[in-house]
Amino acid sequence: MTDTPTVLPIKIAVRDLNFYYGKFQALRNIHLDIPANRVTAFIGPSGCGKSTLLRVFNRMFELYPDQRAEGQLLLDGEDLLTSKQDVALIRARIGMVFQKPTPFPMSIFDNITFGVKLFENLSRIDLEERVEWALKKAALWDEVKDKLAQSGASLSGGQQQRLCIARGIAIKPELLLLDEPCSALDPISTARIEELIAELKNDYTVIIVTHNMQQAARCSDYTAYMYLGDLMEFGDTEQMFFKPNRRETEDYITGRFG
Amino acid sequence: MNATPNTTLFSANRDVQAAFFVRRKWINRIALTLSLAAMIFGVFWLLWILWETLTLGFGGLSLTLFTENTPPPNDIGGLANAIWGSLLMVALATLIGAPIGVLSGIYLAEYDPRGTLAVTVRFINDLLLSAPSIVIGLFVYALIVLRFRQFSGWAGAVALALIVIPVVIRTTENMLSLIPASLREAAYALGAPKWKVITKVTLNAARAGVVTGVLLAVARISGETAPLLFTALNNQFWTTDLSGPTANLPVTIFQFAMSPYENWQQLAWGGVFLITLAVLGLNILARFLSRRA
Repeated sequence: MTDTPTVLPIKIAVRDLNFYYGKFQALRNIHLDIPANRVTAFIGPSGCGKSTLLRVFNRMFELYPDQRAEGQLLLDGEDLLTSKQDVALIRARIGMVFQKPTPFPMSIFDNITFGVKLFENLSRIDLEERVEWALKKAALWDEVKDKLAQSGASLSGGQQQRLCIARGIAIKPELLLLDEPCSALDPISTARIEELIAELKNDYTVIIVTHNMQQAARCSDYTAYMYLGDLMEFGDTEQMFFKPNRRETEDYITGRFG
Repeated sequence: MNATPNTTLFSANRDVQAAFFVRRKWINRIALTLSLAAMIFGVFWLLWILWETLTLGFGGLSLTLFTENTPPPNDIGGLANAIWGSLLMVALATLIGAPIGVLSGIYLAEYDPRGTLAVTVRFINDLLLSAPSIVIGLFVYALIVLRFRQFSGWAGAVALALIVIPVVIRTTENMLSLIPASLREAAYALGAPKWKVITKVTLNAARAGVVTGVLLAVARISGETAPLLFTALNNQFWTTDLSGPTANLPVTIFQFAMSPYENWQQLAWGGVFLITLAVLGLNILARFLSRRA
């Protein structure tokens, strides 16, 4: 059904994944290989399961007792769903940025060190270095370097979102999950973040959920099209947008449906 | 009859529209007048109470109010022992009640909001919240005063704490529930353990609201009389020992205001003035804090 992209190392492999919200099945037999150090976009109409799939990757769904996942989720070959490892340790390897900016109620500096301090015992100088590194990566350093003690909530929406990205990469994850990170932002902030995503793939494997077809085309290497809980097509972004294998994919991408 | 079909793009009959508009304007005027009248009626009494308290209480205000103990009838004195006793018991009640309330609120909002235990606790808490304070006073009387055969400041503080707890539980839970789930998820996504998510992120985000709840609870108990009547009773003398009857403002006011002695009545008004001022101050502080949030 799905063609595995060229021979790239696979970062995360999804096997026969089924997901349920109570009795409702939201994902059906998902089978997917996400290549390392590439940007993979999940697209599809609302309710198709793309965000759900993203939230399985860091087991975020476990916060809610009526949600469950069945199947395999192999991160570098290790099944995350049945892992004996503490879920906190798994999440520390996977960064996530949400649809709306979620700055913590603390200073910009503390926002970034919050996650770092959970698993690393760094000196003040090392912490400062890490904060600068993360903020530079997220293209926010120049704007906030003089006000690190200010509250994270005092920043603009676009800056807050970049702060959240900086917070996510400060813990040096292997995988970065972006759940519609630009949907609450203006075009300029969106462009900034898209540039950022392109840069991030040098170090990380990035998965982005987006409603915006142009965004998927612009910043992803691979695209997965989902519909009503099924993975319809997965492949090279360029091929998906110019010559999709399935009629349904073409209809959605060209706007005839969705 | 010039019936226009409902399907035309524009409403043809502007006269009908105008009539509707005039009618709406009148209804609006009547509703506004009624609400204004209701507001004036309410505020009138409130301002009257405040005015009486201020004028009568201000007359009794002097330095001796804070330096002298409650006097015998027709003698010079103040409220020092009552103020001190009230401060002690209110502080103690807050120290007991606020942590229990905040922790229970955290359980209800963060740990198992829809579990059987939470539903039960919430129901009982609602009962406690609306229980008349005299019931709480009698309960503590039966539980502590009768057992130790002694009216005491400790019993008074416990009774007041029982009033603090449901207020703080309710406000803490409500404030925590207002925190968007995405903020919690963002903290979990970094690999934070639950207690860290709560203490560093959600509770921190709801801090102003939680503190406001505690302040309002303090304001509430600082004027409570019934629970102290059966527990702390009263005391004419200065005491720091809470294991005996303890002087306090509300019961002193109750006793002095009912007395035939003019100096006692004057002191009662002074006490009323102090409590009003304290409650006013606490409310302003709470308002200020919640606005900053």
